[in-house]
Amino acid sequence: MSDALIEIKGLHARAGDAEILRGVDLVIRAGEVHAIMGPNGSGKSTLAGVLAGRPAFEVTRGQVLFDGKDLLGLAPEERARAGLFLAFQYPVEIPGVGNNYFMKAALNAIRTHRGQEPLDAMEFLALAREKAKLVEMPEDLMARSVNEGFSGGEKKRNEVLQMLLLEPRFAVLDETDSGLDIDALRTVAGGVNALRGPGRALLVITHYQRLLDYIVPDFVHVLSEGRIVHSGGKELAHELEARGYGWLEKEPPPGGARA
Amino acid sequence: MSAHGAARERWVGLAEAAARGRGAEPAWLASRRAEALAHFAEAGLPSTRQEEWRYTNVTPLAAIPFEPAPPGGAAERAEVEAISFPFFACSAFVFVDGRLAPGLSSSVAGAVQLVDLAGAPARLGAQVDTKQHPFAALNTALFEGAACLRVPPGSVLPQPIHLVFVSTGNGAPRASFPRVFLEAGAGSRALVIQDHVTLGGGPRFTDAVTEVSVAENASLELVVLQRESEATFHVGNLQAELGRDARLAARTLTLGGAFVRNDVGVRLAGPGAECDLDGLFLGAGSRLVDNHTLIDHAVPSCTSRELYKGILGGRSRGVFRGRVIVRPDAQKSDARQSSANVLLGNDAEIDTKPQLEIWADDVRCSHGASIGRLDEEALFYLRSRGLAEGAARELLTRGFAAEVLRRIGSEPLAEALGDLLQERLRGEAAR
Repeated sequence: MSDALIEIKGLHARAGDAEILRGVDLVIRAGEVHAIMGPNGSGKSTLAGVLAGRPAFEVTRGQVLFDGKDLLGLAPEERARAGLFLAFQYPVEIPGVGNNYFMKAALNAIRTHRGQEPLDAMEFLALAREKAKLVEMPEDLMARSVNEGFSGGEKKRNEVLQMLLLEPRFAVLDETDSGLDIDALRTVAGGVNALRGPGRALLVITHYQRLLDYIVPDFVHVLSEGRIVHSGGKELAHELEARGYGWLEKEPPPGGARA
Repeated sequence: MSAHGAARERWVGLAEAAARGRGAEPAWLASRRAEALAHFAEAGLPSTRQEEWRYTNVTPLAAIPFEPAPPGGAAERAEVEAISFPFFACSAFVFVDGRLAPGLSSSVAGAVQLVDLAGAPARLGAQVDTKQHPFAALNTALFEGAACLRVPPGSVLPQPIHLVFVSTGNGAPRASFPRVFLEAGAGSRALVIQDHVTLGGGPRFTDAVTEVSVAENASLELVVLQRESEATFHVGNLQAELGRDARLAARTLTLGGAFVRNDVGVRLAGPGAECDLDGLFLGAGSRLVDNHTLIDHAVPSCTSRELYKGILGGRSRGVFRGRVIVRPDAQKSDARQSSANVLLGNDAEIDTKPQLEIWADDVRCSHGASIGRLDEEALFYLRSRGLAEGAARELLTRGFAAEVLRRIGSEPLAEALGDLLQERLRGEAAR
């Protein structure tokens, strides 16, 4: 328990009047990759949003500790600086703001927080080019406005590129696989795997088992109606693929939801 | 007597006194001034009962006893360089309180000619309707110097021309009357920056008139930069006429002042003429920025692209009224207008009104207007990457402005103006 990177305890959250998370418990240790699967509307994206500090969600009960410290009291930028990253399901297009300019500003905000010297333009470009190769991101996209006119796959590559640049200790990937063809999926997964390491943890939210063939998780959880109703190893993903989610309602979770 | 009535009488008296003190002038100029003063005496200051001034009340301007700035306003070279940064490196002509300061100006660049008032062409004043524009009438009666620039036919200016209008003061309410006359000869190409700055304290009134003519196949870009003090009333009038296949880009950036009113008129008078008419204005504190534009497609086959963007914070107010007229004979006209505005706070306001008057049938005309706020999802996206909320707002705001800045022909200039905007945004956010 002492090496828990993220501890989610009894987390309840709502959007407007709708209660979406109804008591999520989850512990993720450094070095682990966890996957969350579940039917539409089960609360997967809400969980991702709550972790990153999306203003639309209100936490009504529960606690999240990051490195043993309260996470939910932090502003989104403070969470990012502490080492949390959310790869967006729908990356935002920002006309007029250059992708390179934005990524350099973000990286330098985080470097400054870590007590490192900010990178100058040349140093940043060299680093960005190196990371862009890992996700096969064309260079002209780096000079364009953030996500503006990018294809679905380019947007997802851009998310993973940002993740590789910012080197978070805990990254949440919210349906990073949706809308990707198999080649793009492989590329994006390769980028994600490049970040895996003993000091870091990943939470991969997905609808499809396919992604988990490329980013192989240590644990798989099923979220349903705002709660984790079942947990298992990587084989659980295949079982879900084969049997769907219906059977889980008939078989109550074995002894709570702990991994 | 109302503030308006009193102001009219006072200004007429001041203009008459200035005429007496000025000595002999060319007959054409003396008669233009007399005519303009008669127009002003008749019309007085505009009131909100007039359609063109519905949203903008000039009573606060009328209430201040401004007087024309006397000659000899104090402006040291270092001060002028500091406030007109970063453009001073190009060919700069400095006008102190509307009068050319040769000691502060660099030598004439390349083939361009700058002439003083004595050598001004008799066409000066011909493009401005002083009956319709009372502030232009007042300028015509009172200006004491003019930037008359002629780009000779066929010449391409290697660097921008920077016209710096410095208003000076020591606390007393002072008025200055900048006057610009630009002629781009056939086939020439030039970039001119008309820059309005302030030295010293006290209330100011800047009443500027710019006349532009772009001859056949010439290309002129004019950037008007308004970055005066928070105690400045600025009323600017820009009138341009384009000949056959001529191109004009006129861009007005408003980053300062308490009260700013711009009237811009472009007449597309030769087939194939094209204009970009752009504006970017930043409202902060209780600033008022009012942009009235008129594009006149007078002949066939001309193109106009108009893009005005407003960024309004604090308790500021913005006004945009864009008229486009397509005359009955102006077939194949292509006119697009867009007014986009972002409100940064709950107390800021914008009134935007396009007005297309199309009398020809074979034309392409469109307009669009929007008023919004910074995109919350984009704000969260930037913050989720580690940018502080203030920095994220600033980046989004600069991104909003980028569409206008990107259209500027000179990349270093666009970059410098973007930095200047950012500096102002940061300054306003800190207030």
